Amino acid sequence: MSIDPIEARGDLRLTRITKSYGDFKAVDDLTLTIPKGSFFALLGPSGCGKTTTLRMVAGLEEPTVGSIHLGETDITTTRPYQRPINTVFQNYALFPHLTIFENIAFGLRRRGIKDVKEQVDKVLNLVELPHLAERKPTQLSGGQQQRIALARAIVNRPALLLLDEPLGALDLKLRRQMQIELKWIQREVGLTFVHVTHDQEEAMTMADTIAVMNEGKIEQMGSPADLYDDPETAFVANFLGQSNLIKGKIDGNDGDNLVIDLFGQKISMPKARSHAVDNSLYAGIRPEKFRISRTGTSVRGNSLTGGRIEDVSYIGVSTQYVVAMPWGQELMVFEQNDDGVPPFNKGEEVIISWEPNFTFGLRGDEDIEAGTEVNPEEIDE
Amino acid sequence: MSITLPKVRVPYLLLFPGFAFLFTFFILPIVNLAQTSTQTPIAGGDTGQYEQTLAFSNYVNAFLDNREQFARSFIYATLATLFALAIAYPLAYAIAFKSGKFKNILLVLVVAPFFTSFLLRTIAWKQILGEEGFVVPTLRSLHLMGQQTTITSTSVAVVAGMTYNFLPFMTLPLYASLERIDPRTIEASGDLYANGLTTFRRVTVPLSLPGVVAGTLLTFIPAAGDYVNASILGSPNTKMIGNVIESRYFKIVDYPTAAALSFTLMAAILILVTLYIRKAGTEELV
Repeated sequence: MSIDPIEARGDLRLTRITKSYGDFKAVDDLTLTIPKGSFFALLGPSGCGKTTTLRMVAGLEEPTVGSIHLGETDITTTRPYQRPINTVFQNYALFPHLTIFENIAFGLRRRGIKDVKEQVDKVLNLVELPHLAERKPTQLSGGQQQRIALARAIVNRPALLLLDEPLGALDLKLRRQMQIELKWIQREVGLTFVHVTHDQEEAMTMADTIAVMNEGKIEQMGSPADLYDDPETAFVANFLGQSNLIKGKIDGNDGDNLVIDLFGQKISMPKARSHAVDNSLYAGIRPEKFRISRTGTSVRGNSLTGGRIEDVSYIGVSTQYVVAMPWGQELMVFEQNDDGVPPFNKGEEVIISWEPNFTFGLRGDEDIEAGTEVNPEEIDE
Repeated sequence: MSITLPKVRVPYLLLFPGFAFLFTFFILPIVNLAQTSTQTPIAGGDTGQYEQTLAFSNYVNAFLDNREQFARSFIYATLATLFALAIAYPLAYAIAFKSGKFKNILLVLVVAPFFTSFLLRTIAWKQILGEEGFVVPTLRSLHLMGQQTTITSTSVAVVAGMTYNFLPFMTLPLYASLERIDPRTIEASGDLYANGLTTFRRVTVPLSLPGVVAGTLLTFIPAAGDYVNASILGSPNTKMIGNVIESRYFKIVDYPTAAALSFTLMAAILILVTLYIRKAGTEELV
C-alpha cells in the first residue's frame, strides 16, 4: 500500500538524522517527534543546525543519514513540491513579478484547486490585508510582506508549516505584535507550526514545546516553563535567560532533598532537580529567585552569607545587583521594587537567600560559560 | 577663499562635456545627414555634387529600390537574435546558477572574443565555414550536405556569423538578470508545489525578462544595421541594407540615397523597438 506524500498527515518524526558537509556535522544524530497540531520551536544560536534541520524537513536538503516520517509516510527523499509542507522563508521570498493575490494563489494553482479566489480572499482577511491584493510585493512594508508570506503558506493548509526566523527582519515592536498574532493564527487554523529562531523570548512567547539546539544536537526539549525552571545543561541555563551557577559538592541526603556544600556553606535542593552524575555539581539559581537581606536579619530557605554589593542598577520594575561572594564569584540578583525597602547601597554586607525548590543542579564537569558567549542578534544564515 | 556655485548650476555644468560631445559628433552630423537626404544631383555637375531641392521622393525611391535588402536585414537580424537567445539563455543560466567557483572564469570567456577585432573574428568564420574548414567536410561525410553545396556565401553563413558576433551582448544582460534572482524565490516555488519545469516557466523566466529584453535589443539593433557579416560571409544575394548604404556612400557616391536609407533604417528600428518594449511591458520589473 502506498500513501500519496502530498496527502500525508500526522506527527513529524525525525529519526537519527545526520547532515554532514565534509567533516562538519551541521546536524548530528538528531531524533525528534513533533506532535500534530503543536506550536514547536527549534531554538539555538546561529550555526547550531536548526535551519539545516528545517530545510531537511522542507525537502530543500537531504539528510546524509536518517529518515523523516510524516504520519506513516516516509518523506526522507520526497521532492519539496510533493510534500504537504510549506515554509515561511526568512526574507519572505515573495515572487516580485506577481501580485499579492497571485503570490498567495501560486500553491493553489499548482495543485489545481478550484475555488482559488474564495480561498485567497479568505486568507487575506485572516491576515487583515484584503485591500493589498492587487499590489506588488515591493510596494508593501516589511510587516505586510511577512503576513503575505504567512498567508501564501497557510492557504495551502499544509500538514506542517515551517517558519524560518520569520520575524527576524522586523523591528522589535512589530516583532512582539506579530508573535501574538502568529500564535493566534496557529490556534485559528489548527496547523502544526515548526518555528526556527535564535530569540529565546520569541520561542518562549509562542511555542508549546521548545527544543534547544547546540552544535547539531538537541540539548533539552520541553515546555518553556520546564526549560526555564529546570535546565539540564549549562547551555540551556545560560541561553534561556540568565543563571547563577555555583560550584559545589553533594554532601549527603535529607529525605527527598540533597545537601549541597557551596564553598563551606550548606544548602538543600530537591533530588529530582539534580542532573549531576557524581558528587560534584553546579547549583543553579535564576537571578530573580534570589532575595537580598542585610547581614544579621533572619531569612527563610537556603542562604549564603558574606556577600557584598558590588554594583546597583535601578531599571524601574526591578533593581539589578551584582553581589561579590567570599569565594570570588559575582552573582546576579534581580529584586522587584515592590516591597518599599530602599535599595541596598554599593559596599553593603548582605545575605542572599532563596527557596530550595528553585535550585537546579548541573553536572560538575559542565562548561559554565556555555551559551553565554552567543550574540542573540546574529541571524542564522 | 572658496568658490561657491549656486546649487542649481552644478548639474548643468556636469552635463556640459557630454552634451558638447554629443552635439558635435551626433546632433550636427544627423542634421547634416537629414539635409543631404533630400538633395538631388546638380544638373551638369560632377559626380558627388548635390544641391538641396527638398526632394522627399528620395525616400520613396530609396525604399522601393531596396525593399528586398530591408526585408533581409530584419529577417537576418531576427533570426540571429533568436539563435543567440537560444544559445545564450542556457549558457547564462549555467553561469549564474551552476558554475560555482568557475563563475568568473566563464564570464571572462564570454567576453574574451572582444580581445580580438570584430573583423578578424568574422574572417575566421569564413575559414571555419569554408571548403577547408572542419564543418563542411564533416557534414559532407555524414551526408547531411550535398557534395556540391557550400555554406559560405549563403544566408546560413551570414546568420551564423551575426549570431556568433553578437552572442556576448545577449549573454551578459541575461546573466545579470538571472544572477539577481533571489534563490529563495526558486526554493519558495518548489515549496509551493511547482516542479522544476513549472518553476522555470513561472518564476525563473518571468524574473529574467528584463535581461531577455535588454539582450534581444542589444543584439537586434546592431544586427539590423550590420554589413560586415554580409560582406565577408555572404554574397550579392545576401546583401543587407547596411551593405547598400555602404556601397551608395563609398562606391557610387550617391549621398542622398545613402542618407535617406539611413534615416529609414533608423525609423524602422525605432518603431520596432518601441512596439517590442510596449509588448514586453517590463517597466515594472527593471
